[in-house]
Amino acid sequence: MTEPGQARERAHPNIGTYLRVAAVLVILTVLEVGVFYVPAFHPMLVPVLLVLSACKFALVVLFYMHLKMDSPFFSFLFGAPLLLATGVLVALLLLFYGTLTLRGAGGAGG
Amino acid sequence: MSGPPEARGLRSWLLTTDHKRIGLLYFWTALAFFLVGGLEALVIRLQLAQPNGRLVGAETFNQLFTMHATTMVFLALMPLSASFFNYIVPLQIGARDVVFPRLNAFSYWVFLLGGLFMNASWFVGPLFGAGTLSVAPDGGWFGYANLTSRQYSPGPNIDFWVLGLQILGISSLAAAFNFIVTILNLRAPGLKMMRLPTFTWMTLVTQFLIITAFPVITVGLVFLVFDRFFGTHFYVVQAGGTPVLWQHLFWLFGHPEVYILILPAMGIVSEVLPTFARKPLFGYTVVVYSGVLIGFMGWGVWSHHMFSVGLGPIADSVFGATTMLIAVPTGVKIFNWIATLWGGDIRGTTALHFAVGFIAMFIIGGLSGVSHASPPADLQQTDTYYVVAHIHYVLFGGTIFGLFAGMYYWWPKMTGRLLNEALGKVHFWLTFIGMNLAFFPMHFIGLLGMPRRIYTYAPDLGAGIAQLNLVSTIGALLIGVATLVFVWNMWRTRRHGQAAGNDPWGGATLEWSIPSPPPVYNFSVIPTVESRLPRWKSEHHAAMRDPPAAPPAPIHVPGGSMWPLVTALGLPVLALAPLAHALWLAFLGAAILLIGIYRWAFEPFEV
Amino acid sequence: MTHAAATHHTSMGLDSRKMAFWAFIGSECLLFGSLISTYLVYKGKSVVGPYPHEVLNIPFTSFSTFDLLMSSLMMVLALAAVQRGDMKWAKIWLFATAFLGLIFLAGQVYEFTSFVHEGLTLQTNLFACTFYVLTGTHGAHVTVGVLWLLTLWVRALQGKLGPAHALTVEISGLYWHFVDVVWIVIFTVVYLIQ
Repeated sequence: MTEPGQARERAHPNIGTYLRVAAVLVILTVLEVGVFYVPAFHPMLVPVLLVLSACKFALVVLFYMHLKMDSPFFSFLFGAPLLLATGVLVALLLLFYGTLTLRGAGGAGG
Repeated sequence: MSGPPEARGLRSWLLTTDHKRIGLLYFWTALAFFLVGGLEALVIRLQLAQPNGRLVGAETFNQLFTMHATTMVFLALMPLSASFFNYIVPLQIGARDVVFPRLNAFSYWVFLLGGLFMNASWFVGPLFGAGTLSVAPDGGWFGYANLTSRQYSPGPNIDFWVLGLQILGISSLAAAFNFIVTILNLRAPGLKMMRLPTFTWMTLVTQFLIITAFPVITVGLVFLVFDRFFGTHFYVVQAGGTPVLWQHLFWLFGHPEVYILILPAMGIVSEVLPTFARKPLFGYTVVVYSGVLIGFMGWGVWSHHMFSVGLGPIADSVFGATTMLIAVPTGVKIFNWIATLWGGDIRGTTALHFAVGFIAMFIIGGLSGVSHASPPADLQQTDTYYVVAHIHYVLFGGTIFGLFAGMYYWWPKMTGRLLNEALGKVHFWLTFIGMNLAFFPMHFIGLLGMPRRIYTYAPDLGAGIAQLNLVSTIGALLIGVATLVFVWNMWRTRRHGQAAGNDPWGGATLEWSIPSPPPVYNFSVIPTVESRLPRWKSEHHAAMRDPPAAPPAPIHVPGGSMWPLVTALGLPVLALAPLAHALWLAFLGAAILLIGIYRWAFEPFEV
Repeated sequence: MTHAAATHHTSMGLDSRKMAFWAFIGSECLLFGSLISTYLVYKGKSVVGPYPHEVLNIPFTSFSTFDLLMSSLMMVLALAAVQRGDMKWAKIWLFATAFLGLIFLAGQVYEFTSFVHEGLTLQTNLFACTFYVLTGTHGAHVTVGVLWLLTLWVRALQGKLGPAHALTVEISGLYWHFVDVVWIVIFTVVYLIQ
């Protein structure tokens, strides 16, 4: 059964692409674990890890989940809530930063 | 011969996957819950009519206001809107049904079962060894931690609330995915997005709000279930947690929820006004974009429900600002509605009365809302009856008025008969007077110092508070009488209602191009749409020709299926397990779910 | 599985089931986002131990991560096989995906039980609550995925799965990859950033 959408999917990644993506994912994971274990990298641990994991995330979503080749609307259906979730996460971190220490520790109010 | 005769009998309703039948099921069920919620309100008002009221005790009062709000929000207002999503949206887009008819049926059954589950709590106290008949939820509709902890609410009341809401959430989510895909993918040829009826547009925005907001409360409720049943500490201060987390998670859901409640009603008003002014909606594009903007911005304001929590000046200022900003797109819509009426050829039907009443009441509710947006002002208002006034102006004067407008507008389409207009006017005016009598005094009662959620008050609480409470109760009783008039109108119409043709109002949108009620396949021929108001003649377009009375060839409609109902049954069984402390019930519930899903998946079902 | 939704013309030219599923995945971002937010907001707030650095086992979890990543590879290979009608390899890759998923779950069970032995039960502290509920929810999602994949595998064994069902397999793949992607985030945020 052909649907109109399939015309877009002409550019199917071939097996080679999938394997290359898998290889990169493994390398990125090794790098992540490496950054964790090598003390020299600890000052930049958080940003580096966030970037590395974001790359892995993007690779799986864009290639394995085919989002790069599919309709931009699917990217919207995934991206908008993802952005929202990230915004909520950041907002909650900001809202709790400093407030929570006032609770169990019994610090100054206000 | 236009198609197979529609199946009749109880079995056909239990197995139905027809959006029109599902819409009717939602309607009647939601109306029943609306009456239940209304009764709860009346008892509350009778208790508060005088100081030192002795009609009910404190615990019962807590149950009453909790169940009144929970019932109204989740079991009445949302499903009443859903009844129109179901019945009307496919008709407005020229479709034969929704994309996933069985999922649609599933949503309804889960709603019914969830509502019954939660309301069963009124009667099952003895089963839990309670000294009372009722173990209904009593922690407020917003269930603040740590009142809802096992320590402070040891009984099953809150369990019914948490588990019931989890079930209801699934109903809303399932329906939302269905409607998003339906509206986007099943539009008639030529029906571009900016030609969609406003009601369908607002429905679409609402569904996106549902799929993003409900997961958040799901998580908050899961944490509460775990705290209550498995001894975790998500909201426990001594372990380093905080009840404020619950508030954030609840209001992250709760604020989008109020837009979920109001946007469909705004969509209805945007349909009714043009029809009875015989004039297109003024500034359609702006109204649509405002609705979308309200949806997005609704995510940025949640902590305005928490101004008294002590989040700090930065948080308070930010949320105060975003809350004031969201008044802008709302205000824009109001101006557009007024401009629609201006210079129009007005027909004062009951539907129009409710739609115009919506505008007026929503302005008042919006004004009190904007006053809440200022944190210092809100510190005076929060947790007082001033907020109760705001809530009811926007949800009763807003949503319920909008829903009544929709009922009078679409009743002929859904039933083939017109509601009586004279009775309708009586219903409107009694409701209008009643609601203003009931809720306007609450602004003053609140500012004079009466807190919310107290079961009684002393005679000397404040100047005039007792008298104003009495006025408010009279207003509530008047609303009750008005509602009876409406029920009488519905009942009478069954036999004596004037038959409605395809288009009793001269409507512009597709639902008016087919019989009332529509045949099971809706459109004998799917129309091609060339303008935003297909059935009206304009400078550029002739009015569309309605589809022929009979289809040129037999039209296949899917039959019913039992698996949505069976699968839905798994949920309350699963929910019963923690209540009954019976692990086997959890396995049974999961088994029913799995079997239902598998049979559903492999059932031959052609749309 | 019904094909009907796919064979009809659609206004956006996109398959309805695929669209519904992407909307579902979007919704799940909020679900896991809330769980992860709670984990982060409560990080470091436990009043008693055991604390993360005392129990989290990075080598072990790295293996789990690797396992799940490879399962995603198996999944795309399964889809490619189904799309070209190569049901022999489709069965192999489908089973391999489910098998790696089971290994992941076994790893989670091992991890949870060893944590309990080290004194970290669900009720012990805030770290326990947030950790177990977050990773437990993820594990429940993996379980559903494994059941889904095994169902497809059995259908394939019965000769009832073929290129005509490529979309069904694709959608199960979307689910599986999403579950993998959530783990990528959890691995970083819970295990590596302590």
